[in-house]
Amino acid sequence: MNKQSNTYTIIYIIVMVVVVGAALAFTSISLKDRQKANADADKMRQLLASVNIEVPKERIAEEYDKLITNSFVVDSEGNIVNDAQDAFSINVAVQSKEAADKRLMPVYECTLPDGSVKYILSMYGAGLWGPIWGYASVDADGTTVYGAYFAHQGETPGLGAEIEKPKFSDQFQGKRLIIDGRFSPIAVVKPGMPAPEGEDYVDGVSGGTITSKGVGAMIENCLAPYGNFLKSLAVNK
Amino acid sequence: MSNKSVFFNPFSKNNPVIVQILGICSVLAVTVKLEPAIVMSLSVIAVLAFSNVIISLIRNTIPTNIRIIVQLVVVAGLVVIVSQLLEAYAYDVSKQLSVFIGLIITNCILMGRLEAFAMANKPWPSFLDGVGNGIGYAIILVIVGFFRELLGSGTLLGYQVVPDCFYEAGYVNNGLMILPPMALVTVACIIWVHRSFNRDLQEK
Repeated sequence: MNKQSNTYTIIYIIVMVVVVGAALAFTSISLKDRQKANADADKMRQLLASVNIEVPKERIAEEYDKLITNSFVVDSEGNIVNDAQDAFSINVAVQSKEAADKRLMPVYECTLPDGSVKYILSMYGAGLWGPIWGYASVDADGTTVYGAYFAHQGETPGLGAEIEKPKFSDQFQGKRLIIDGRFSPIAVVKPGMPAPEGEDYVDGVSGGTITSKGVGAMIENCLAPYGNFLKSLAVNK
Repeated sequence: MSNKSVFFNPFSKNNPVIVQILGICSVLAVTVKLEPAIVMSLSVIAVLAFSNVIISLIRNTIPTNIRIIVQLVVVAGLVVIVSQLLEAYAYDVSKQLSVFIGLIITNCILMGRLEAFAMANKPWPSFLDGVGNGIGYAIILVIVGFFRELLGSGTLLGYQVVPDCFYEAGYVNNGLMILPPMALVTVACIIWVHRSFNRDLQEK
């Protein structure tokens, strides 16, 4: 057969695409379980990081099962949604784009070794180059942040990417989300700029202004719907 | 060319990075730490060797007018498989390398070897050529990664090697080494040393 003919070329391409496609599909299917286990373990690590606990890789699942004593889903009224899916499998990325009153938000209840209870809330937003996400843990009375963890997909190293460093996230410890009975987002302000009135704030990352603003917007967008839930915690205490 | 020279030439005299100046972008990107540099090297060696063999095996069937497309599909397929394997078995590293594994597809060394060597040679020499060039690339990556991690972070493979008493005496990690420009400077230094030993490579 003439190897330069159009028919040969077209058949060649079709066969090649089918073979390569089959090989890729096979790899993807056979590795899926392992990849999901890895992604889940990484999410558990991030959740634990938000309560300021760092564990070696091998012990993540074990520590997670020990510390995260309960998890549930709340709506923007602060009610626990009983028939919703498992909190861990909720896609925060999708939920964060819904209108605030239609959202389903995961809450993880964490009992620390000293017996105190913290609640972990999920966040998802946009940085400069790609998505950013994070977890914030609050004290049992729902007003004060106990710890926070932020991560990003592709922010600039040394600039926006600094949000994942403890130097940035540790600033959130002790900041208030409920002030005088009202929800107040923690503002992220440029270092040296005047702070907003009546709100707690942290310093943004120098040189990472857009990423810092993204973090601020993410906190406001994702934590405000938790407001009623946090207030109900404060009342019950 | 003997099989031996096919394998060993890319180590020094015909090194893809410091003589042909190919694949520089990944040298900048993945050499902040030694570990990703090693994983990236292994990935490139694997992809280069296998794509060379595959292309060499099917070289007589490939229609000339779509040969680049065929080469790309083979490389892209292998790269996706490598990246899936890393995600399953070395999750932390795959997160660190993220897009750079995918960018192996556009690494000029690969297309260069496929087009220049595998299309015209039998599978065994092509395999040697792929591994040889991959190792040539790896040598440079590891050297650059070694110096950048040592001087930039004071660690090697994540273990601290600069003793604490140095820091107490006022030694400071060189933050500039972590930034991409210093990778270029390091590569330039390697080229300088290399050429001063290989006078025949120096331009008149």
